[in-house]
Amino acid sequence: MAFEARARVLDTEDLSRIIRRIAHEILERSKGSDDLALVGIRTRGVFLARRLGKMIEEIEGKPVAVGALDISLYRDDVATRGASSIGVTEIDLDTNDKKVVVVDDVLYTGRTIRAAMDAIMDFGRPQVIQLAVLVDRGHREVPIRADYVGKNVPTSGNEKVKVSLEEIDGVDMVEIGEER
Amino acid sequence: MNEDVNGHRHLLAIADVDRDFIISLLDSARSFAEVSTRPIKKVPALRGRTIANLFLEPSTRTRISFELAAKRLSADVISFSRTTSSISKGESLKDTAKTLVAMGVDAVVIRHSSAGAPKMLTGWVDCSVVNAGDGMHEHPTQALLDLFTMRERLGHLEGLKVAIVGDIDHSRVARSNIQALNKVGAEVLLVAPRSLLPERIEEMGVDITGSLEQALEWCDVLYLLRIQLERVEESRFPSLREYTLQYGLTKPRWQNLKRKPLVMHPGPMNRGVEIESSVADEVESVITGQVTAGVAVRMAVLYELLGGSHG
Amino acid sequence: MDEGILIKGGRIISFPGGLRGEADVLVRGGVISRVERGIMPSGEEVIDASGCLVTPGLVDLHAHLREPGMEYKEDVASGSRAAVCGGYSAVFCMPNTEPAIDNSSVAEYVFDRGVDEGLCMVLPHGAITQGRRGEALAPMGEMGSCRAHVMGFSDDGNPLVDSEIMRRAMEYARSMGALIISHSEEKSLSAGGQMNEGYYSTFLGLRGMPAESEQIGVYRDLCLAEKTGARLHLAHLSTAGSVELVRTFKRRGIPVTCEVTPHHFSLNDSELLSYDTSLKMNPPLRSAANVEALLEGLADGTIDAIATDHAPHALHEKETEFDAAEFGVVGLETCLALVVTKLVETGVLSIEDAISKLTAVPARIMEMERRDYRARIQEGDPANLVVVNPEIEWTIDPLVFKSRSRNTPFAGWKVRGKVLHTIFRGRMVVQDGELVMRPPGVNEEDKTIVPTAASGRGAGEGG
Repeated sequence: MAFEARARVLDTEDLSRIIRRIAHEILERSKGSDDLALVGIRTRGVFLARRLGKMIEEIEGKPVAVGALDISLYRDDVATRGASSIGVTEIDLDTNDKKVVVVDDVLYTGRTIRAAMDAIMDFGRPQVIQLAVLVDRGHREVPIRADYVGKNVPTSGNEKVKVSLEEIDGVDMVEIGEER
Repeated sequence: MNEDVNGHRHLLAIADVDRDFIISLLDSARSFAEVSTRPIKKVPALRGRTIANLFLEPSTRTRISFELAAKRLSADVISFSRTTSSISKGESLKDTAKTLVAMGVDAVVIRHSSAGAPKMLTGWVDCSVVNAGDGMHEHPTQALLDLFTMRERLGHLEGLKVAIVGDIDHSRVARSNIQALNKVGAEVLLVAPRSLLPERIEEMGVDITGSLEQALEWCDVLYLLRIQLERVEESRFPSLREYTLQYGLTKPRWQNLKRKPLVMHPGPMNRGVEIESSVADEVESVITGQVTAGVAVRMAVLYELLGGSHG
Repeated sequence: MDEGILIKGGRIISFPGGLRGEADVLVRGGVISRVERGIMPSGEEVIDASGCLVTPGLVDLHAHLREPGMEYKEDVASGSRAAVCGGYSAVFCMPNTEPAIDNSSVAEYVFDRGVDEGLCMVLPHGAITQGRRGEALAPMGEMGSCRAHVMGFSDDGNPLVDSEIMRRAMEYARSMGALIISHSEEKSLSAGGQMNEGYYSTFLGLRGMPAESEQIGVYRDLCLAEKTGARLHLAHLSTAGSVELVRTFKRRGIPVTCEVTPHHFSLNDSELLSYDTSLKMNPPLRSAANVEALLEGLADGTIDAIATDHAPHALHEKETEFDAAEFGVVGLETCLALVVTKLVETGVLSIEDAISKLTAVPARIMEMERRDYRARIQEGDPANLVVVNPEIEWTIDPLVFKSRSRNTPFAGWKVRGKVLHTIFRGRMVVQDGELVMRPPGVNEEDKTIVPTAASGRGAGEGG
């Protein structure tokens, strides 16, 4: 199957504006970067979390903890869809009493975030867990909502949102289209 | 890894898998090793799955390792063993298999004294089968955890020089390791008197020497096998004392080495026989590391079989 | 009531001589009454044998019919049915029963069971030692002079460990005019063995049985035969070394004969990769090089006969761990097809040589003229005949075996050469590949046809 793009919803500049805005929103809501921890969900959430971390460091002048989370082992559909290869989880930060912001590229059914919260709970007891996503495309199957949204993109069920990031795809953009 | 006609995946022998499988399994084992370092050493990946440990030959370490691996993946584990089950009353393997099918298990981990029993079992059950050691045939997860340990400690497998010392003839660990090491491009040298080597083992792609000194000069990894007293009764060698003299990793041998190889052992060690106690103390961390690696590798295997990426 | 049978248009194989031209064979009153071209039917049952071979009924030197004692595997009745479907007119059965065939009453029991069944001759071999324990000699003379006229003696699966006892047994057998049949194996070398020792046993982690174990046994038995002058028949040879030893000793004029089985010349030890227990037998399947040597031995005449070593086992004895599975395969119903497919079609043996090793040679080894069996198709001979179509391809299906057991590695094999009709003492026992059933009780008449063997057995230095 190949992805066939119908429209570009975000480009490079949109992406950098969104990162800057969400960084400010996080800092505003968290009252600074103390006790803050960003956890990206593999694969693209990790790069978005690192960008947010870098932006927050620029604004606040001090580093913020960033981790990576592979949620394969927490999925509720391993039996039916089969597992992909397992990435390494790197949460060498203490999440106890931290304000954890989970970062992902696309918020869709919400199941990935549900699995991510289970995983984070296994690492400690955060003070609060928040969610930042680049795109919210709707169609939730569990009661989850994002605290920080780059862009709401209404879609139909058979459409697909494709996020490309410089770090792995060579270019920053978000497209909407169909798998053919 | 074989997939049968019903789509069940099995790990029966290193002979059945290729290099890519081994490497990708070692990669994912690294992620599973990380799970064991977490405060909550458990992930829900195999929640609701049932794994039967069918250990028809005495084994504590491998059984516990598989049990822990299954539990850390949130699978339910049931255990049959020679002494606690009706198998000791003469129930046939086939009848045991039918019982397991009726219980609806998702995988069977089998240890058996008869070579080929795991393969035979695949014909009788409707689930995945993992070979946890069958007779003198294979012990694939042991080889995988050994390769994992070598790679973590030495950084690579290709071109690695591995000497395996001891009772190769009776060793399923040796058979699995020889094949796994060959597949990933390592070199294998067997060190044993001819009376402890099986017929035509050279054709499995190994060199042979009777000299431990020669092997010590050459190897990056020295893999010692457990030697058993009953082999003396079989006239495989004259006495444990003579074995130690010829093939034991003694203090003088160890001290004389300028370049010390990584010393490994599948456990449990016979201190004073294949390895002198003080040398064992020195190298113990590697051997206990093998045990830790065992859990991670077995998690990776169970996950691959029961949740694994098809196609 | 006997209208006779007329077999029309088949090619005749008869010994001595071998392949004859096409001829019709008229069977009447239990004997062959005419052999010539263009016999016109006059009320007989007519069999169209065009494209087929008409050969003497086959003789198996080596089968295990399991009765008495292990009837759940096979009995004389089921074994006889399997035999005739495989084209046999005579089956020699091994004494490893429970109790062993080590005295005249057990021998007569087995023999009579065969007569009751009336499908083919069931001829017991006797044990060399009492209870096959390898200690005290069994009464060969008594068994030889009983109704069963036992002539071959073997402890089969329990080869005599004690060479002194083997020597005395040979000496004694010689005086009886009897034949010693040896499963030659030096057990101390093969103890615990599950398969041939070689690369595959190493690869599979199964305990090996080295070729030398057989060869040391063969050499000992040949030496003792040379010393004692006894007639020796070596059962189921499987190694190149054994064939070479026999070749050497035959050249020296030692009266030794030997046999191979279809499984040993059709399969090699690489098949064991499947851990299929139907491939477990003793002697084990050997390496491809050994199989080559067996084929050579067959071609140059070193190997005299082909025997089945038909060894039935119940399903549960094979559907188990390899180490725990019984040794042996069934063979009566597949032997001829494997001979045609693996020896004749491949050019190892001509069809007449192949049939000779299944009829004339075993008949000579067991002196079967005394039992009124001749591997000859000639007027006046008892009518023990098989009609075989050597061209028909068929698939081996153990589910239709008449044997009580199904332990064959050849299931699903496409083979050539099918037994269409078997005639035993003038009566059709297999027609169009199917057993001819007779109402119970009719067999009684056969009891009158008990062979009238020479009675002088037991005196003088026979052989």
